Amino acid sequence: MSAVPALRVRDLRKTYKNGVEALKGVSLAVEAGDFFALLGPNGAGKSTLIGIVCSLVKPSGGEVEVFGIDAFRQREQALALIGLVPQEMNFNQFETPFEIVRNYAGFFGVPKREAEARAERWLKELKLWEKAHQPSRALSGGMKRRLMIARALVTEPKLLILDEPTAGVDIEIRRSLWEFLRRINGEGITVILTTHYLEEAEQLCRQVAIIDGGRIIEHTSIKQLIAKLDVETFVLDLAEPLAAPPVLSEKLVLRLSDPQTLEVEVPKAAALNQVFADLSAQGIRVISMRNKANRLEELFVRLVDGGAKDAA
Amino acid sequence: MRLELIAFLTIARRELRRIVRIWGQTLVPPAITMALYFIIFGKLIGERLGPVGGHSYIDFIVPGLVMMSVITNAYGNVSSSFFGAKFGRYVEEFMVAPLSPLTLLLGYLAGALLRGVLVGGLVLIVALFFTRLSIADLGVTLLALIAAALIFGLAGFINAIYAKKFDDISIIPTFVLTPLTYLGGVFYSVEMLPSPWRELSLVNPILYLVNAFRYGMLGTSDVSLGMAFLVMILGTLALGAMALALLHRGVGLRH
Repeated sequence: MSAVPALRVRDLRKTYKNGVEALKGVSLAVEAGDFFALLGPNGAGKSTLIGIVCSLVKPSGGEVEVFGIDAFRQREQALALIGLVPQEMNFNQFETPFEIVRNYAGFFGVPKREAEARAERWLKELKLWEKAHQPSRALSGGMKRRLMIARALVTEPKLLILDEPTAGVDIEIRRSLWEFLRRINGEGITVILTTHYLEEAEQLCRQVAIIDGGRIIEHTSIKQLIAKLDVETFVLDLAEPLAAPPVLSEKLVLRLSDPQTLEVEVPKAAALNQVFADLSAQGIRVISMRNKANRLEELFVRLVDGGAKDAA
Repeated sequence: MRLELIAFLTIARRELRRIVRIWGQTLVPPAITMALYFIIFGKLIGERLGPVGGHSYIDFIVPGLVMMSVITNAYGNVSSSFFGAKFGRYVEEFMVAPLSPLTLLLGYLAGALLRGVLVGGLVLIVALFFTRLSIADLGVTLLALIAAALIFGLAGFINAIYAKKFDDISIIPTFVLTPLTYLGGVFYSVEMLPSPWRELSLVNPILYLVNAFRYGMLGTSDVSLGMAFLVMILGTLALGAMALALLHRGVGLRH
């Protein structure tokens, strides 16, 4: 791992003209080669932070370095290293995907012929080549999002920043985008993504920062974050329906999400086989079991709620 | 330096492609409008008028009408294209790219120049159907045409920077540009005006552009050529400095 972080943000502040204080002294570091998640509720300051890093928003104070380059004093050198996939569509819908990607490479100084070769490569990688010469306004939502990823990658960035890249796309496309992002991260590109899908962060990212109310309230590894969960929820599929949740140990919280699906909150210290033994003793047969997928969501809500209470 | 050149050429090519793609909005209307001017003012009315500045009326108005087309179209090209980029948010493609504000500005000015030259050339071709054209000084003609496209391309760019809605890019052309053009000696010689209108006309910068271009084509002008070029140089420098300062400060672009 390189000693110079891909991104270092120190005491970043932003107060908009209307008085809204979007960032209240944010500091974080993203190691080179990392897959980093920036999580936070709407209005937490995620997009403002990304906007300042990518020169779209003027900072009110603080510092940003991209691979050791001062993003404010050496703006052009820093921007040359970044690929941005914004949340909102921001390409000319009258142009074709090929024109959009090729021109974008040109804005970064890639010569025309090389830009065309790269545009072809990335549009093929993102499965858009068949639509390459049609007006981009005719693309589906998922295709438009992939087009913005192809556009960001055509400049061969060392740091790829994606703002909600899978918002509004179907599950199949989301999974294929995850695979794609894993692959390009494996090729050495540092990836930062903001997402509302906490499962996405858990599946893809190694490090995470949670931002709320313009402040970083957590900055750690996904593993350590999940380790903070002192309770884990399991979903049990039952052989026969139940009228009411059974009563087991006092430490366990049980609820029926439907007559044949039982959710059990198990403290980390508790043994899971005791749960099964107790259920068997009451004649309840379990067919299958899985972790509840949104365990990170539980923690996230707890952290954000805690932050809100602290702020109050 | 190489990066800036490639970025400049990319923007200029994109602007040219836009002009050609929407040719029905960019190239045809000025040709039709000017053909009507030539028919009505040049032929139907002009043939009943005596010579102006030593030339037949239609010969006198050709340079002015060419310049009027160049001014209007250079302004409109940059204001609509750059504001369209802001409105559609694809101006962000430039803002996150490592190109300098000067390169961005020059790219859009190249678009203004291309549209100005294309429209100016078309209007001259249309004029050939009504009169014989002459060029007294090719260098002055070209310089005046380039200066007009650059000055009004810069003005259109500044308008687009401040604009928040499409109405904002039509106010200046309607209430400032059109009156100044009509009062800038396109259809008459300022020598024909009584005082104080004659003196007042001298503060209109378009008068100098029209007359420099008319000098290039016909060899006659209401103002001195030196003064005309001074106005063009000062206009380009002042508006260029203003546009660059606005871009550096991120006015209308970065919050």
